[in-house]
Amino acid sequence: MKQETPVSSTTRVVKRLLLVVVGMFGFGFAMVPLYDVICDITGLNGKTSGRYAEVAPVPVEDRKITVQFMAQNTEGMTWIFEPNDAQVTVSPGEIKVVSYRARNTSDFAMVGQAIPSVAPNEAAQYLMKLECFCFQEQPLAAGEEVDMAIRFFVDENIPEKITKLTLSYSLFDITDYEIEGEVITAR
Amino acid sequence: MSASHDDHHHGPAKGLSRWLYTTNHKDIGTLYLWFSFAMFLLGGTFAMVIRAELFQPGLQLVEPNFFNQMTTMHGLIMVFGAVMPAFVGLANWLVPMMIGAPDMALPRMNNWSFWILPFAFAMLTATLFMDAGAPNFGWTFYAPLSTTYAPSTVTFFIFAVHIMGASSIMGSINIIATILNMRAPGMTLMKMPLFVWTWLITAYLLIAVMPVLAGVVTMMLFDIHFGTSFFNAAGGGDPVLFQHVFWFFGHPEVYIMILPAFGVVSAIIPTFARKRLFGYDSMVYATASIAFLSFIVWAHHMFTVGMPLAGELFFMYATMLIAVPTGVKVFNWVATMFRGSMTFETPMLFAIAFVVLFTMGGFTGLMLAITPADFQYHDTYFVVAHFHYVLVPGSIFSIMAATYYWLPKWTGHMYDERLGKLHFWLSFIGVNVLFFPQHFLGLAGMPRRIPDYALQFADFNWISSIGGFLFGASQLILLVVVIKCINGGKKATAQVWEGAQGLEWTLDSPAPYHTFTTPPDPKLIHAQ
Repeated sequence: MKQETPVSSTTRVVKRLLLVVVGMFGFGFAMVPLYDVICDITGLNGKTSGRYAEVAPVPVEDRKITVQFMAQNTEGMTWIFEPNDAQVTVSPGEIKVVSYRARNTSDFAMVGQAIPSVAPNEAAQYLMKLECFCFQEQPLAAGEEVDMAIRFFVDENIPEKITKLTLSYSLFDITDYEIEGEVITAR
Repeated sequence: MSASHDDHHHGPAKGLSRWLYTTNHKDIGTLYLWFSFAMFLLGGTFAMVIRAELFQPGLQLVEPNFFNQMTTMHGLIMVFGAVMPAFVGLANWLVPMMIGAPDMALPRMNNWSFWILPFAFAMLTATLFMDAGAPNFGWTFYAPLSTTYAPSTVTFFIFAVHIMGASSIMGSINIIATILNMRAPGMTLMKMPLFVWTWLITAYLLIAVMPVLAGVVTMMLFDIHFGTSFFNAAGGGDPVLFQHVFWFFGHPEVYIMILPAFGVVSAIIPTFARKRLFGYDSMVYATASIAFLSFIVWAHHMFTVGMPLAGELFFMYATMLIAVPTGVKVFNWVATMFRGSMTFETPMLFAIAFVVLFTMGGFTGLMLAITPADFQYHDTYFVVAHFHYVLVPGSIFSIMAATYYWLPKWTGHMYDERLGKLHFWLSFIGVNVLFFPQHFLGLAGMPRRIPDYALQFADFNWISSIGGFLFGASQLILLVVVIKCINGGKKATAQVWEGAQGLEWTLDSPAPYHTFTTPPDPKLIHAQ
C-alpha cells in the first residue's frame, strides 16, 4: 500500500507528534502572558492597567461617577490598612487624588504589596491611574505609619450605565519573599 | 493457551520477566487492564471511606482533613489510574487486532509507557503514609489551595502527574503511529472500526492537552519551590489563571475518558442487535466534532469566577452545542437497536445501560451549562451526581461491557453468564441508588467535598451510601468472573458472538500470542 517502509513513516509520525507535544507544553506557558494581555485589553477579572502615561484627559462636567474605596488584608497580614475617604464623586476625565493609610502594628519591619481590583469588572479598563502605591512594594518599620496616594481619573468612554465603581485593594505580606529575594541577590 | 509446535520459539517468555520485558501488545494490554482494575479497587476503597463518613451527619469516622485527602485521592486515582489506563489497555489489546497489524508501532516504548505508571501511583499513594498527609486540595488542585496552602507532599503529587502525563503521551504517540502506519492493506480510514476511530481522536486530544497539564503542575512546582508567582496574587500572578490553564486541559480530559467508550458501545450494540451500526460516517464526524468543541468550552467549569457577560454567553452556547453531536451518537445507537434481533447478554446489558444512563448524565450536563442556573448548582452535589453519571455508568460501564465482550477472545473461555448478569444488575441498581439521590442533594444546596452536612440532607445521604456500598461490593463479582474465565469455562469459538463483525473475530480464541504477522485477506475487511 505504501511505498516507504513502515519504520521510516513511523519515525516521521513520531517526530511530528513530539513537535506537537513540545508545542503544547509551550502553549501552556504561553497562556500566562496571553491571559495577562487579554485581561489588560478587556479588563476581565477586574484587573486595572499599569501606569497611565498618555495625553492628559479633558474633564466631562455633565456626568458624575462615584468611586468607592475598599481595603482588605489577606491572610497573615497584620497591618492596619484602610482608605482615608470611603468614596469620592468625580466627573469623567477629572484627575483626583485620594489616599490610603497603612500602619505596621507588628514589632518588626515588614513589606506589603497591594493588589487592586475593580468592580464591576468591565469598569476596570476605564480606571486610569497616574500614580498608585500599588505600583511598588511598601516597606514599613515596626510601628511606622504612612499615607499612600493614588492619582487617578475615570476615562470619559466609560459606558453610560456605570455610575458607581469600586476600587478594592488586597494587601499581601511579602516580607518573606523579600528576604528570599535579598539572599538571591547577595549571591 | 493453544499449544502449537512452535510455541517455544514465538510464545511468551516464562515467569516475571515475561511481564517486565514484554513488548507484546497483548501482554501490555493485559498489564494495563489489571493495573487499572487494581486502581479501581483502591480508588473505590477511598470512595467507601467517603460514603461511610457521609452515611450520617456529624463526624463519625475520619477527620475532615483526611476526608479531603480521600476525595482528592479518589478522584486522582479513578481518573488517571482506573479509567485512562483501562482504555489504553483496551487499545493495546484491540487496535492491532482490529486493523490487522502484528503489534503496536513502537513496542519498546509501549513497555516503558506502562511500566512507569506503577511508580507514579506508588509515589502518589505513598503520600498517605507521610506525616504531612496526602494531597487534600481536590483532584482539580486549584491554586492557591495546592500551592500556598498545600501539604508538603504536593511535590510528590506533581512528579506523579508528570510521570502519568509522560506515560499517556507515549501511549498516544504509539496508538497514532500504529493506526496511521500499520493498517492492513484495504483497511482504509473509513473502514476502521469505530473503537479505532475514537481512539485515534482521543490520542490526539491526549497529545494536545497532557503537555498543558504538565505545564500547569510545573508552574505550581515553581511557585512552591522557586519563588515564582504564576498563581500568587501578591507577586502579580493570578489564581484564576490556574483555573483557565487547568480546565484547558481538564475539559478535553473528560472527553478523553468518554470517546473510547463511544467506540466500545458502537462495537457492542450492532453485535447484539444483529444489525450494522446505523450512521457510521456520522459517528466519525460526531466524534471529531466533540473533540474539536472540547477545546472551546473549558470556562463552563468556572462560570462563577466573575467572567464578563460575553464570556459567560459564549461558553454557555458552545457547551450546549456539544449536545448536537452527542445527540447524533445516541440517536445512532438507538436506531441501530431499532427493529434489530436483540439479545441481552451481559455486554449488551452494560451497553444499553450506558446509553440510557450516560444520556441522563448528558442532560444534567446541559442543565449545568445554563449559566444562570449554574450559579446555583456550582460546587454542589448536583455536579457530583452529573459527572459520576457520565463517568461511572458512562465510562466504567463501557469498560465493563468491553471486558465481558472481548474476554472470550482474550482468555479462550466463555465467562459465567449468570454471574455476569448478577454483576450487571447489582451494579445497575447500586449505581442509581448511589448517584440519583445526589441530584436532589445538590438541588437542595448540599456543597461537595464536605465531611459533615446539615440535618435535612441526612436521608438522601443515607440512601446514597447504601447504594455506594452495594455498588462497591458488587465489583468483586467482576473479579471473580474474570478469574474464573481465565482458569476455565466453556471453550469460546473464534466468532464468539453470532453478530460480531471485525478482524479480531477472525482470529482463534484465545488470540494467539502473535497475530497478523502476515496481513489479513483484504476480502475480510468490509465497510461497516
